[in-house]
Amino acid sequence: MSNSTVISLRNIVKAYQKYSSKHRFNTLKSAFIDGSIFRDFKPEDVYLAVNNVSLDIKKGQTIGIIGENGSGKSTILKIIAGIIRPNQGTVKTKGRISALIELGAGFHPEISGRENIFINGIILGLTKKEIKERYEQIVKFAELEDFIEQPVKTYSSGMFMRLGFSVAINVNPDILIVDEVLAVGDASFVPKCLDKINEFKRNGKTIVFVSHDLETVARITDETIWMEKGKVVMRGYPRQVVDSYLQAISEKEENKHKKDKSDTKYPVDNNRWGDRSVEITSVILKDMKGKERYIYSPEEGISIEMEIKAKENKDDFGFGIGILNGEGNVVYGTNTFIEKLMGKKLKRGSHKISFKIPSLKLVNGFYFIDVAVHSKEGTPYDYHHLLHKFRIDSNINDVGVYRPDHEWKFDEGIEFKKI
Amino acid sequence: MFIIDKIKTIYRSRLLISTLVNRELKARYRGSVLGFLWTFLNPMLLMAVYTLAFGIILKPRYPNPELKTAIDYSLFLFSGLLPWIWFSASIIEGGNILFVHGSMIKKVMFPVETLPIMTVTANFINFLLGLPILIIFFIALGHPITPYFLFSIPVMIIQFFFTLGLTFFIAALTVHFKDIQNLIANLLTLWFFATPIIYPFSFDTIQKSSWIKTALLLNPLTHIIEGYQYAFFFGSLPHYKKLIVTFIFSLVIFFMGYYFFDRVKDTFAEEV
Repeated sequence: MSNSTVISLRNIVKAYQKYSSKHRFNTLKSAFIDGSIFRDFKPEDVYLAVNNVSLDIKKGQTIGIIGENGSGKSTILKIIAGIIRPNQGTVKTKGRISALIELGAGFHPEISGRENIFINGIILGLTKKEIKERYEQIVKFAELEDFIEQPVKTYSSGMFMRLGFSVAINVNPDILIVDEVLAVGDASFVPKCLDKINEFKRNGKTIVFVSHDLETVARITDETIWMEKGKVVMRGYPRQVVDSYLQAISEKEENKHKKDKSDTKYPVDNNRWGDRSVEITSVILKDMKGKERYIYSPEEGISIEMEIKAKENKDDFGFGIGILNGEGNVVYGTNTFIEKLMGKKLKRGSHKISFKIPSLKLVNGFYFIDVAVHSKEGTPYDYHHLLHKFRIDSNINDVGVYRPDHEWKFDEGIEFKKI
Repeated sequence: MFIIDKIKTIYRSRLLISTLVNRELKARYRGSVLGFLWTFLNPMLLMAVYTLAFGIILKPRYPNPELKTAIDYSLFLFSGLLPWIWFSASIIEGGNILFVHGSMIKKVMFPVETLPIMTVTANFINFLLGLPILIIFFIALGHPITPYFLFSIPVMIIQFFFTLGLTFFIAALTVHFKDIQNLIANLLTLWFFATPIIYPFSFDTIQKSSWIKTALLLNPLTHIIEGYQYAFFFGSLPHYKKLIVTFIFSLVIFFMGYYFFDRVKDTFAEEV
């Protein structure tokens, strides 16, 4: 471990053992019968939460760890914090560690905030004197001056969290470990916490940070680690790692979607009706380049390509398209009649129809597509309701349903910093 | 070495232990009207119930001449009941303590052994707070307090190690086998009646049956409780030879319990 390295993990393996209830009963029974209680903790099922991970973190670095649920992020944090011990490998750390894994863990509901500050401080490794010195600061940061003598059980969850964060952060650690705790804060407290974390950064403390908020990770960390299935997949510049991660997730979902789709070929159920005299045999969503896709960015275009099969010649027909958002509201709907196109001739046999939108201009979320072929009066020959799905995904979290083209303009007196 | 290592850990955690004990005692009766008074009221009420049941109705005190009246019996009963409450409360709470503080074990790094130590210590302090009540009762009911009273101190030390050792076992085991919690309640009832608390060791039935007598002699609590009864009630020298054996046995239980707890404590964060 070199001088500037403060956290060093070598070949860490952590397996979680799952005991089924039947197995539990067997061990208890056999434990009593032949006294095998010491031997018989044999796991039925082993789950590798962390699989041979080595990490070095230098003093003053802010490290973000990202990954899907169950990728081993939190386990790594707990191993660094010393809360759980790995099955294999060595952990070396230098300096006092404060772990914000759950705020207010160890608070006793029946006693006052003031007493809890002292007890929590001692649990976190401070002396009485150190807590006394920091007491005012802790209460002030938590904004709890008026409530500090009340039992903690009377606190709102926000107050409880603020107190927990305030105590943990004022332990003045050399290494701060933060696990997703910022996700639960109220709107005014989260920026305050981020400020405090930035202050830690300026003071040259080491921070290890787990979050699903990829924007925050990309913004405040010096290096980002991407974990998957207990292994480190990538480590490097935050933006680069976050982008690769996002891309991998998209690909994974595309694949999953493809698989789901091939599993079910338009089932006949509540979501499909009509007499099928003209049948929609396939609907494929493609991007403007003609590649079949599931996830689109808001600026991209989409092409809805339908194949139909008419069982007889028709002269009364039209095609309709509807786009619905995840809440079931129609975002857009149109059909050939609305657009002043009157069906004249549809020959018996198979045909192709495509509906192109050059730019989607929608906000993030899931969208469903309804497609239909129907008569002038609206009697459907075949109607697919909510059977086709796509997703809009971008790193801008604007709200609403529609994203018009837009542009901000400011005069010289107003400046912004790019984040 | 394990023993020295652990003594060091406990010494380093002394502030944490004392704070936890303090909190435990404070929080226990917080919110009740009588608050701290319950520390005294609980054993008194229990004693009243047992005096009524056994001192007046069942009378298991024959042939001991010192237990003739119901008043004498109630004082004898108090001498054994107070340490029993310390013991049983520690064991019952010990079966729960790791679950009660589960969120702490999972999220904060701290020496987990402080939790069973806290339980036994908090109940020990409760016991100590009961002693002034005991003295007041003895004086008010005209029973002399002798210098032999001080012999209760070594007995307390023995009981402390014995109780803590068992609590370590129970706390660690219940994490993996929750069934033990239910078992404990019943076992403790059996243990209570298998210890000379509501009857003296010199009770007829015991002395006449050699197997009951042997069973009672094998019960470490028999000697511990008797130690208190000698010190408080009879005012005579305790049976020190038996107590020394009990002490050694208690130390063994203590270290075995602690060792077992230490061996499995890495699994707690995953199981509670």
